[in-house]
Amino acid sequence: MSKSTQKTLYDKLWEGHLVKQRADGSSLIYIDRHILHEVTSPQAFEGLRVANRKPWRLDMNIATPDHNISTDTKEREAGVDAIPDEVSRIQVKTLDYNCDYFGIREFRMNEMGQGIVHVMGPELGASLPGMTVVCGDSHTATHGAFGCLAHGIGTSEVEHVLATQCLVTKKMKNMRVTVTGKLGLGVTPKDVVLAIIGKIGTAGGTGYAIEFAGQVFLDMSIEGRMTVCNMAIEAGARIGMVAVDTKTIDYFKGRKFSPTGDTWNTASNYWSTLKSDKNAFFDSEVKLSGQDILPQVTWGTSPEMVLPVNGIIPTPEDESDPQKRQAIRQALSYMGLKGGMPVTDIPVDFVFIGSCTNSRIEDMRAAASIAKGNKVADTVKQVLVVPGSQMVKAQAEAEGLDKIFKDAGMDWREPGCSMCLAMNADKLGSGQHCASTSNRNFEGRQGIGGRTHLLSPSMAAAAAIAGHITDVRVYGVQS
Amino acid sequence: MKSFVNHTGLVVGINRPNIDTDMIIPKQFLKSIKRTGFGVNLFDELRYQDEGKPGESCDNRPLVPDFPLNQPRYNGASILIAQENFGCGSSREHAPWALDDFGFRAILAPSFADIFFTNCLKNGILPIVFNKKTIDNFFSEVHNKKGYKLTIDLNSQHVLTPSNEVFKFSIDEFSKRCLLDGLDEIDLTLKEVDIIKAYEARHIKRVPWVFGAIK
Repeated sequence: MSKSTQKTLYDKLWEGHLVKQRADGSSLIYIDRHILHEVTSPQAFEGLRVANRKPWRLDMNIATPDHNISTDTKEREAGVDAIPDEVSRIQVKTLDYNCDYFGIREFRMNEMGQGIVHVMGPELGASLPGMTVVCGDSHTATHGAFGCLAHGIGTSEVEHVLATQCLVTKKMKNMRVTVTGKLGLGVTPKDVVLAIIGKIGTAGGTGYAIEFAGQVFLDMSIEGRMTVCNMAIEAGARIGMVAVDTKTIDYFKGRKFSPTGDTWNTASNYWSTLKSDKNAFFDSEVKLSGQDILPQVTWGTSPEMVLPVNGIIPTPEDESDPQKRQAIRQALSYMGLKGGMPVTDIPVDFVFIGSCTNSRIEDMRAAASIAKGNKVADTVKQVLVVPGSQMVKAQAEAEGLDKIFKDAGMDWREPGCSMCLAMNADKLGSGQHCASTSNRNFEGRQGIGGRTHLLSPSMAAAAAIAGHITDVRVYGVQS
Repeated sequence: MKSFVNHTGLVVGINRPNIDTDMIIPKQFLKSIKRTGFGVNLFDELRYQDEGKPGESCDNRPLVPDFPLNQPRYNGASILIAQENFGCGSSREHAPWALDDFGFRAILAPSFADIFFTNCLKNGILPIVFNKKTIDNFFSEVHNKKGYKLTIDLNSQHVLTPSNEVFKFSIDEFSKRCLLDGLDEIDLTLKEVDIIKAYEARHIKRVPWVFGAIK
């Protein structure tokens, strides 16, 4: 193979799905999976009805409510008709109605299979390696963890995909983020992605599809890779991906919508080709060493405002760039913190373990391993543990993890997006600090005036017990 | 889609980088199943002193007086200038819907987040990228000159200042045509039905497991 024909994984998936390259530079690409939820779909379905259009095909779509539903067991058991907030109730019922009306497969609020779109999609085998996957949610890059070309879209594009099975888009540039070596004890995929965002910044990946490569990702589980790809958007990249390996193929064996028999063999043979060619060209290369990454915590109001757990919060006066100085000042003021403070002095009022970033079974196990035999600190008002899907919840309960959480004084909840974006009742009060395994620490994200610190599930559990940000490694964490 | 050919309008600026879509339209307003009515809640947490609730009137809510959109001199502004990475975060199209509903037709910034940029173009809002120096210059002009207006001509791809300075900008051909003619992209794509069907027939042969599994 000559060097000019060497392709990245992204190039291959792009070319394999290119329906038409138009003369004006735009491209039409074919979409294999479209995941819908209650918040970004109603206007798209309404648009179809107004224009008297039908979905192009039904078998490419899958839907579930996740963003605004309650995670409280009693409220969930009462059903959709009893959702207390009228606006939320209408939105969830509208999804049910639209899926019935158009004939789209929906996993309803209390049905096995329901969950956060980016948790339930892979676990059902609804999204599979090599597919193009879109969803009206910016964390869709999650599915890139197993070699999908996956990214978030807006509602107009949701309507466009429903009507045409295609997306009008432009090809991104290629970036490779290589993390070499091994991770230290207590260092998780979440720490890796936060460290990457800290290095390249929240706009560092804008205009790029990122491929995560290197020994650290080879050693990482598929769920861990999902955590990393999930937050590509927090580095500005719509797309994050990891090449397919035997772990990927094993992950999808026996899942509800996975192929079987001879088709499985054909599919898995094809999947094993989904990797970048050895000498493929990347427009940008970033390198990190796994050994250098410590457990990470965000101190500010942007995911790039992140430090290792032994770090010291920056002082505005030490920053020479006036705009950055102003950003630090603004963040410190919003967060109620002082420059020069050790990260471990940050008090914690709330802890949230969940979200499409960190609510899978491995995340639940990691948090439970720290919570086991310990008690939540008196000063912590609430610890919410929200499994990402009905299947994660069932598995965790089968392993007795729910009991560990409850014994420690934590709340074990029903699956949904919950306090990651606080669209439901799970939210922070003004001035409250939350150790959160979610993905965004923007002002007001978890409630007006709420102060979010992003970290890993085990770090979150450790913070719950200590009552402040603490280094999980003092809890004797297992690798 | 609403067309965009040319526009002259009052300019207002929000001078901070990384304005995310949570700031542009906070989550509680995302429960609406409509496309309209988001304008009164645009920048809700920056604009009002109290917590906004969906469906509630904003007429008597206490305003944050310093916030640019609340200053009388910017009443009726239709061009927004902003800093780097504008529109980062969530993919919610409610953000451009809110900007449009408020009356904004164009946003000028040194850089935009990818998904937000696309969402603007689907809603007749023109996002224009200028280098930071040009944007900073616009900020000081807006600050110093009351009633500062810009004229944007999409066809010739330039922005004209009151002192007749011309700034050229770039835009991809497809988006330009859609904006100028107010085209419905779905109609455009459906003109290619045969090409899509031919691709689909090849795709089914190549990756049959992608089809028919979800029932």
